[in-house]
Amino acid sequence: MEKTINLKLKIWRQSAPDAKGELVSYDVKDVSTEMSFLEMLDVLNEDLTKKGEEPVEFDSDCREGICGTCGIVINGIPHGQEKATTVCQLHMRHFKDGETVLLEPWRAKAFPVIKDLVVDRSAFDRIISAGGYISTKTGSAPDANIIAVPKPDAELAMDMAACIGCGACVAACPNASASLFVGAKISQLSLLPQGRIEAATRVQNMVAQMDAELFGACTNIQECEAVCPKEISISAIARMRREYVKAAFK
Amino acid sequence: MRFSQIFSSTIGKKLILGITGLMWATFIVIHLLENLLLLNPDPDPFNKWAHTLISLGPIIYVAELVLVLSLLFHIFYAVRVTWENNRARSISYVKTAGKGGVSKRGLATSSMIYTGILLFIFIVLHLLHFKYGSYYEYEVGGVVIRDLYRTVHEYFSDPLNVTYYIVMMSLLGLHLSHGVWSAFQSLGLNGPRFTPLMTKIGTGIAVFVAIGFIGIPLFVLLTGGAA
Ligand code: HEM
Ligand code: FES
Repeated sequence: MEKTINLKLKIWRQSAPDAKGELVSYDVKDVSTEMSFLEMLDVLNEDLTKKGEEPVEFDSDCREGICGTCGIVINGIPHGQEKATTVCQLHMRHFKDGETVLLEPWRAKAFPVIKDLVVDRSAFDRIISAGGYISTKTGSAPDANIIAVPKPDAELAMDMAACIGCGACVAACPNASASLFVGAKISQLSLLPQGRIEAATRVQNMVAQMDAELFGACTNIQECEAVCPKEISISAIARMRREYVKAAFK
Repeated sequence: MRFSQIFSSTIGKKLILGITGLMWATFIVIHLLENLLLLNPDPDPFNKWAHTLISLGPIIYVAELVLVLSLLFHIFYAVRVTWENNRARSISYVKTAGKGGVSKRGLATSSMIYTGILLFIFIVLHLLHFKYGSYYEYEVGGVVIRDLYRTVHEYFSDPLNVTYYIVMMSLLGLHLSHGVWSAFQSLGLNGPRFTPLMTKIGTGIAVFVAIGFIGIPLFVLLTGGAA
């Protein structure tokens, strides 16, 4: 049933990459519990615009949990407290009337803040460019089942391909490590025959790029898996390590 | 890629941490089993076993060298990795909260570097207290051997020393409660049945080692110390 609640938001405001940021408090009134978190922010921004103030900058695109563009640390948890949920899919019914909600951007040396809650995640793009692809010509659709893939491998590769690259794993990791993201991308390709061809150079180049971007090392805390909206398992990270050791013997 | 290069990557550094950590964990379990001889009211079996080890000569020196080197590597990479990990989150959050669920975030994971540094200090002092501690000799079956049993029993007749061991061995247990399973994961050894099993074994080893190494000093203290 639809209700309305009032919230006090504390939002990280930062006008430019090099500017000093600070938390600013806003009261939002009569928020419908049917709204998503981002719709609630839209309402706040309309208000701010009407008052002639600068709206809060945040990223979003699909708003249905598949593009990986959105991402806000809510009360200390990337994407908020709901299991397997992106911010765009987080609904206001999970918040209490009168609650204070803290909004911060992803924090990592490799993800510098551009403005307010928006960070630069191009480090992920550079890691993908380093090897997150296969070099076979795609052409027209090939016959199905020309290359046999064991069913369990196909399933696992699909699980790994569920990664939407939102960066919540980095945001949640105490070491700002990108291991879950890179592990998922490497797994997705290395589990399939088409991906084996470049398996060795892929893992070497992607790991080298990940390190060059100054992401931290993985301490096996599994906070990344807990916040991942797609619940990707840290077995991806172990697979990346196995591929890496294998590649070293090539 | 040159083989040596793997050790400068985030993955390679954790491989070294994992291997050296597991070497020490293995040593510690063996060390505990040997020291159970301290519970025997007869000092001879313990002293004879210690004498046998010393008499191995070169073999024991090689083993000691391997242990010292692996500890130095472990410390070097632990400090380096921790430093780089802190650098990766140069600006911290106003608030961080664990999401719970599968996450293992907790006291053990966030204190690895602190428990580790304290353990290093402990290891140095431990050698000074026992290996290079008070030296007694006595004769067993016609041979004069060191009475290390007496050194240990003397040391643990002081409640302060026992308290210190209770604290330090709890910290060792904490380090291992995350360390053991983590080492396997760092080496890429993960599986749907293997990993849950290793997590249990890891906790088991941590508890066993902590209780064992707390139990021995307590037992010695309560049964009268240097008898
Ligand atoms: C009693 C001796 C020690 C044992 C048995 C031991 C064991 C272990 C094990 C098994 C791991 C897991 C490695 C991995 O995740 O791959 C570990 C991690 C770690 N150890 Fe030790 N360790 C010992 C001493 C030390 C010392 C002296 C330090 C000093 C600085 C230290 C600092 C660390 C740190 C910081 C980690 C976590 C590294 C990370 O994942 O980021 N340890 N230890
Ligand atoms: S906006 Fe696309 S996943 Fe949230």
